[in-house]
Amino acid sequence: MEGILNWHAALPELVLALAAMALLMLGVFLRRGATDIVSPLSVGTLALTAVLVLGSDRPRVAFGGLFLVDDFAVFVKTAVLGAAAFALVLSLEWNRRERIERFEYPILVLFAALGMLMMVSANDLMSLYVGLELSSLSLYVLAAVRRDDLRASEAGLKYFVLGALASAMMLYGMSLTYGFAGTTRYEGIASAIGAGPMAIGLVVGLCFVAAGLAFKVSAVPFHMWTPDVYEGAPTPVTAFFSVAPKFAAIAVLMRVLAGPFGAAVAQWTQIIVLLAIASMLVGAFAALRQVNIKRLMAYSSIGHVGYALIGLAAGGEEGLRSVLLYMTIYVVMNLGVFGCIVAMHRQGGACERIEDLAGLSETAPGLALAMAVLMFAMAGIPPLAGFFAKLWVFLAAIEAGLWPLAVVGVLASVVSAFYYLRIVKVMYFDKPVGAFEALHGGVAVVVAFSSILTAGFVLLPSPLLMAAGGAARSLLVP
Amino acid sequence: MIVTLAFYAFAAVLIAAAAMVVLARNPVHAVLYLILAFFNAAALFLLAGAEFLAMILVIVYVGAVAVLFLFVVMMLDVNFAELREGFVRYLPIGAVVGVILAAELLFLASVWSLSAEAPRLLAEPVPAGVDNTTALGLILYTDYFYLFQASGVILLVAMIGAIVLTLRDRPGVKRQDVAAQTARRVEDTLALVKMKPGSGMIVVPKPEASRGEERERAVEHTPHGGH
Repeated sequence: MEGILNWHAALPELVLALAAMALLMLGVFLRRGATDIVSPLSVGTLALTAVLVLGSDRPRVAFGGLFLVDDFAVFVKTAVLGAAAFALVLSLEWNRRERIERFEYPILVLFAALGMLMMVSANDLMSLYVGLELSSLSLYVLAAVRRDDLRASEAGLKYFVLGALASAMMLYGMSLTYGFAGTTRYEGIASAIGAGPMAIGLVVGLCFVAAGLAFKVSAVPFHMWTPDVYEGAPTPVTAFFSVAPKFAAIAVLMRVLAGPFGAAVAQWTQIIVLLAIASMLVGAFAALRQVNIKRLMAYSSIGHVGYALIGLAAGGEEGLRSVLLYMTIYVVMNLGVFGCIVAMHRQGGACERIEDLAGLSETAPGLALAMAVLMFAMAGIPPLAGFFAKLWVFLAAIEAGLWPLAVVGVLASVVSAFYYLRIVKVMYFDKPVGAFEALHGGVAVVVAFSSILTAGFVLLPSPLLMAAGGAARSLLVP
Repeated sequence: MIVTLAFYAFAAVLIAAAAMVVLARNPVHAVLYLILAFFNAAALFLLAGAEFLAMILVIVYVGAVAVLFLFVVMMLDVNFAELREGFVRYLPIGAVVGVILAAELLFLASVWSLSAEAPRLLAEPVPAGVDNTTALGLILYTDYFYLFQASGVILLVAMIGAIVLTLRDRPGVKRQDVAAQTARRVEDTLALVKMKPGSGMIVVPKPEASRGEERERAVEHTPHGGH
């Protein structure tokens, strides 16, 4: 059975699934105080899975071609697992303070991460869908985990209904693809498209699949759920939403468009160009008037997805590499920003307004400095990591001849610099409104890790560049 | 001949039942018609040789989904007549949308063409001498083992989610505590008192109660008692 089942290739996923179930049992039987034990163990499980992912043999195909491990999958999986682990660390103290410390929370994060690993490794539309549903279902529950809060329940319900609609659209596209190509396997679809003039059903199928995935990455015009869900969900959940699922969904979009639909590049480039331009503009202009920092970050994430999609539209090894670099740097920066937002807590509850940050440089100079570094990086100010992320994406676009995209991108990032820098201004030049509670150790570690990586990336960029380059190459040459 | 007759009979009942689902005024009747429609669809599956799908349809849709609908309809007491009030008003727009959709479908059907590779990729070898359920099982537990297990994990997550979002620990709920029950001893609850004939009723001091609640009650209601 070695050649057919080949389950060793999926060892990290198996370990993650079994550990999640074991921790679930542990939590159920411990009852009181279970969260304090299950949460650190869950972080450990994610770290262990990341180690197993990094050590896996590749390229490997398992389960009769449904599952694929290559450099691309390893790169994305490591980032997703790291993002999930850090987002979980952010939740430890928060959940205790907000009285939502339930042991199911880390378990659901584990299952969501499992679903993301499965969809990144999918080599078949069916395994893609199953992985996507597993992660989405866990995320719907996580959004509504603070069930006594009206906004959180609204966020969960909205996310669920719209997410189900997006899944249905994607399934419809997959069924059309299957109907016209005769298979759901990626290689089969690629050869069916490459064999001759593209059937109309395949084009329609491609559009629907791309639309469903665009919903998951919250690209405009499929972004309507993002601000409400980001605002309503508990802050650590929002942090998780804005990093891990986003990276996984972008990776799936890359794999599907570059793999099975690789021959239809003329058809999907226009879709991606449109999504990228709309996302960048909405992300830049709609964020200007926000007063709630989580809503601001929602629009910011929409904008960042737009920039990442530029690289995908450019295509080729250069373009795909720039997407991976962009998303990795985005994930690191975003984790730090959300660490700062989690730290915004005064006596009597969490603060979410931008003006609550006023005078942070006097009350908490370290936190203010970290936040300022991250905001400058998000805006794309030169020596910081965010600048290089944007630079590579724009370079890829210009080399591919998509200079209008690069122009819109630069203009949008000028506009978006306004609201990033406004936060710095509020922190450093406005009158203090009172100190936040002391920083929790885990949150401090995440913020420090993120801001130091963001600031120091320029000193040692080569490991990330090499890894992303290898991953992009493996996507193009199977 | 028989098969053709059976097909038309089941198909006619199916369509009639489906129409009644939409047209019935009473929502409970609508659900009952839905069950009838499911049964007839199952019969059509049987005629087509897909006996597994037929049984699944009966077990899952009639056994679980339709019964669930029935519960919801009966418990929520939705006034469907009210929901249908705007029907005539929205009819023209609905008709326009329907016509456009039909035209698009016709257009799609006219340009329908499979990709050149599709027939080759679709040609799955059908194992000889194996019936449909066995064939499904053979493929589900081998080729699609991964998807089968992953679907199980999805159902597990759905279960966890339902519990997380709905289970509440309500204070003051009286639960049976088996350990406390079995740990109770005779002397905690029962006192044997020697009575002289003809001396009348006396209030017996209540023995040390095992539960605080009972002790309180005893103090409250038997002022003569005490401990």
